[in-house]
Amino acid sequence: MGMTMTQKILADHAGLDSVVAGQLIEANLDMVLGNDVTSPVAINEMNKFGRTSVFDKTRISLVMDHFTPNKDIQSAENCKQVREFAKSNDILHYYDVGNMGIEHALLPEKGIVTCGDCIIGADSHTCTYGALGAFSTGVGSTDMAAGMVTGKAWFKVPSAIKVVITGKKAQCISGKDVVLHLIGMIGVDGALYKSLEFTGDGIKELTMDDRLCISNMAIECGAKNGIFPVDDVTLDYVKGRTLREYKVYTADEDAEYDSVVEIDLSTLKPTVACPHLPENTKTVDELDKIEIDQVVIGSCTNGRMEDMRAAAEILKGNKVAKGVRCIVIPATQAVYLQCIKEGIAEIFVEAGAIVSTPTCGPCLGGHMGILASGEKAVSTSNRNFVGRMGHTKSEIYLASPAVAAASAIKGYIADPRNI
Amino acid sequence: MKAKGFVHKFGDNVDTDVIIPARYLNKSDDAWLASHCMEDIDPDFVNNVKSGDIMVAQANFGCGSSREHAPIAIKASGISCVIASTFARIFYRNAINIGLAILECDEAANDIKAGDEVEVDFDSGVITNCTTNKTYQAQPFPPFIQNIIKNGGLMNSIK
Ligand code: SF4
Repeated sequence: MGMTMTQKILADHAGLDSVVAGQLIEANLDMVLGNDVTSPVAINEMNKFGRTSVFDKTRISLVMDHFTPNKDIQSAENCKQVREFAKSNDILHYYDVGNMGIEHALLPEKGIVTCGDCIIGADSHTCTYGALGAFSTGVGSTDMAAGMVTGKAWFKVPSAIKVVITGKKAQCISGKDVVLHLIGMIGVDGALYKSLEFTGDGIKELTMDDRLCISNMAIECGAKNGIFPVDDVTLDYVKGRTLREYKVYTADEDAEYDSVVEIDLSTLKPTVACPHLPENTKTVDELDKIEIDQVVIGSCTNGRMEDMRAAAEILKGNKVAKGVRCIVIPATQAVYLQCIKEGIAEIFVEAGAIVSTPTCGPCLGGHMGILASGEKAVSTSNRNFVGRMGHTKSEIYLASPAVAAASAIKGYIADPRNI
Repeated sequence: MKAKGFVHKFGDNVDTDVIIPARYLNKSDDAWLASHCMEDIDPDFVNNVKSGDIMVAQANFGCGSSREHAPIAIKASGISCVIASTFARIFYRNAINIGLAILECDEAANDIKAGDEVEVDFDSGVITNCTTNKTYQAQPFPPFIQNIIKNGGLMNSIK
């Protein structure tokens, strides 16, 4: 029986010729990731068991992104603990204020993760790197601790849902609309425990930023990972970035899938996920006039360069509506700098938006834009659970940067195709 | 490796919030977590549970947040094994990683009743209901996963 792309990567990293869905395996890891929230827990776990050294100081990434620049004393203490750990273990990929970015934007951008990798991260959106044709998934803190010590993790080999993408992108459609549409179709547990394997001739129409956004939200339908085949778009992206040798895996012709889902890019409309679940999707033209208090453009889902450009294109020469706070957060220092170079930062500021240093910030209700009771926000992030960005009586609408920027100008959730 | 004990039975979608409510997460020592285990779904559980007892539940056991406190609370309460139709993904990982034995077996999960005496053989995956004399076959864990559980968790078992 043939194997899916995910199964092939897992088999190879476990030193096996083949694996089947449901099989438990132990795989070698190419990268172990943690952030300022999860790494301290993992480090404590190592200390508790008297483990002081790591398996490979070049294959651990510690990114201080959630509550940085430190928002309070507790977050400062957490970062200090990780910083000291990184220093004493001589960790190569330690990123702090000044060179950090949101982890899932930073690692692909810097070539720290690459095609064919097997990656775990103590952060649920570690699935983002599936866009590069890697297997990557979110785990708990004990997994991260053991991964740092041994360079291995155990996995139950997942079965897969095949997502066939066809057609050319309709107007104002980005990766975010594709993934919100998918989650709306299959639900927040539609891929529980499974891989999403993307395929089809529409994939070549998707840029790397589109793909990173789509893989990022695989977890929002319960998937273990969401993986794209490696093509010219991928190879162009990794060339000049990747710090290591990479390997390209392809699914077998006779690989088995639990089900098949089809998405025709030409039929999509800008899509919004309404409170309080990512599966509550509607196309923007189906919504009543929903007035908003805040717009956030950023996060590991949509804080990349194309996202910034899409927002700037709409905000250029326009003003953020009175009564709306528009917060733009480029996901990495490189994106931030590019926004300055291209004059995009200027467009944002002139429109009446603010431009923040890279941080997770408001995405998890951390800092830099917490919502009060009764407030509504359009956010380009990935979760709209109750209380995710602040008060439990606030509401979050998830959308693409184009929808977010159009809404910022109008003061209500607006269709970017009409701007 | 074997476990034998009396059964505490639960239904579908037992989430991590009822296994250990968030209001008790400010402390993480085992005894504290055990003393509030299952409190919001079965307040008498902590008084009735005896060391070695077995928990049986139905689909999607442990859904919700990724808190490792949930399997820790169950293990610390004295439960020797959880049998369920299915487990939520992160709970499944966390349970094994902290050394709580778990087995997926739909038939056993549906059949076995509260108070039954059940024996589990982890090497073979055979579950025996001693009260009704019925046996069930779950997929046994491969040796390295058994090793993790036997050693009391992932950190204890790594070389
Ligand atoms: S941006 Fe949001 S979802 Fe992404 S890593 Fe940060 S907190 Fe998590």
